[in-house]
Amino acid sequence: MTNLSVLYDAPGPRARRRNTLLAVLFVALLALGAWWVWRALDENGELESAKWTPFVNSQAWTTYILPGLQATLTAAALAMVIALPLGAILGIGRLSDHWWISKPCSVIVEFFRAIPVLLLMLFANEAYALWTNVDRADRPMYAVVTGLVLYNASVLAEVVKAGILSLPRGQRDAAQAIGMRKSQTMGYVLLPQAVTVMLPAIVSQLVVIVKDTALGGALLGYSELMRSVGLVSANYGNIIASFIVVALIYILVNFLITSFASWLEGKLRRGKRSTGKVLTADPAGATAAAGVGAAPAAGTGDAPKP
Amino acid sequence: MFEFLDLERYDLFGAFWVTVQLTFYSALGSLIWGTVLAAMRVSPVPIMRAFGTAYVHLFRNTPLTLIILACSQGLYFTLQFDMGTGGDPEPLGFRLAVLGFVAYTATFVCEALRSGINTVPVGQAEAARALGLNFSQVLRLIVLPQAFRSVVAPLANVLIALTKNTTIASAIGVAEAAALMKVMIENEAQLLPIAAIFAFGFIVLVLPMGLFLGWLSKRVAVKR
Repeated sequence: MTNLSVLYDAPGPRARRRNTLLAVLFVALLALGAWWVWRALDENGELESAKWTPFVNSQAWTTYILPGLQATLTAAALAMVIALPLGAILGIGRLSDHWWISKPCSVIVEFFRAIPVLLLMLFANEAYALWTNVDRADRPMYAVVTGLVLYNASVLAEVVKAGILSLPRGQRDAAQAIGMRKSQTMGYVLLPQAVTVMLPAIVSQLVVIVKDTALGGALLGYSELMRSVGLVSANYGNIIASFIVVALIYILVNFLITSFASWLEGKLRRGKRSTGKVLTADPAGATAAAGVGAAPAAGTGDAPKP
Repeated sequence: MFEFLDLERYDLFGAFWVTVQLTFYSALGSLIWGTVLAAMRVSPVPIMRAFGTAYVHLFRNTPLTLIILACSQGLYFTLQFDMGTGGDPEPLGFRLAVLGFVAYTATFVCEALRSGINTVPVGQAEAARALGLNFSQVLRLIVLPQAFRSVVAPLANVLIALTKNTTIASAIGVAEAAALMKVMIENEAQLLPIAAIFAFGFIVLVLPMGLFLGWLSKRVAVKR
């Protein structure tokens, strides 16, 4: 895993003894912490079986959790499907030779990346209420998806831009040398190769989107997975248990997505048909630097990987 | 156009000041806790590595909203863990939010630091050891100076993301910028100007940060 050897030489007998001692101390510390948490939970009666059995029966699942999960995944999928083409347009637009295309695209991207996605959702929610006749019940969903699209389109624009820039210069030169137009160069030569380079980064962005849908549940009343915590605990009086179960579902979903992304990345890196370069996403949702020199690094492999 | 902006009634600067404070304390806390986590993840003790890895994977894959709400509803309302405030709602919400931000953001700080250490070529440390430097000298003179330089840009991204994430504290009633925006767009029929003000506020916070740290990271970058 980590290249330990940068920091540590192979341990000798003394280092090994010290490491064992550290391990024992650390385990003791962990056990102490675990005991403290356990006691706090036990004193408040959070460990009673009555609070956990709802998750063994199917009712809590079919009534609250699974519909919530479905709403979360729907919003995330919709946001991704809409944001991706928009992001591609903005990203390619930023690379345009015409300043009157590239400048506005840059401004849009930098603007939406600098603004918290929650503000975008609040704005969208109110905008739909004021200026459209979207049904009251559907409005939170529209607002969540709109907020996510605005933010993630600009993040994906950076991914697309970095993907295209990561291709060897010769690709563009060769395409132009055989007489292709700029649009042909982009459409037949650069973009298809860039897509394979940036696929892992795009999949990883899904994790950020899934996590951000929770905002809609907490602050706009979109009845997704996060909101089912409130519903379940209101019914069974088991706040801690429902938080833990729902958190585990999120972790599982995101773990599946990241595993898929790294599998894809490994496959593409080994693949013969691509340049062997792969964009790794910065999974912080932190891709959001306000621009300046913070585009995701191509193929350096030093971006934090999940 | 901006006559609705009654600063007596809406404490705009106060709200952004709370955002700045949330960012500052959370950044400080997550830098410390993230460094501890990173130290665990690169330590030669397997159990520490396992704990660091598990913590990072669990917390980074949980929505921040869920963590913040769990801090409020789980830690305080259920387990009566009041962070030494005695239940006074003003500092309580603030401290619970900072706790949640630190728990979450530290995972990204940890990963940034770890990747920074990993960018230092093994040969650097081997050469240092061959010269007879001991562990602390290798760390102090060779590895960390190079690691810190390559860590500026990823840490800048984390800080900017944190600044924007502090808006989530409005979910547990901390009176920061997003909470005020929510109140204002409900009370005043002036959506666009209000949204423009808050967007401008965040751009003013985030853009200079990004410009300065981007400049800094280029300046200190190690040429390899």
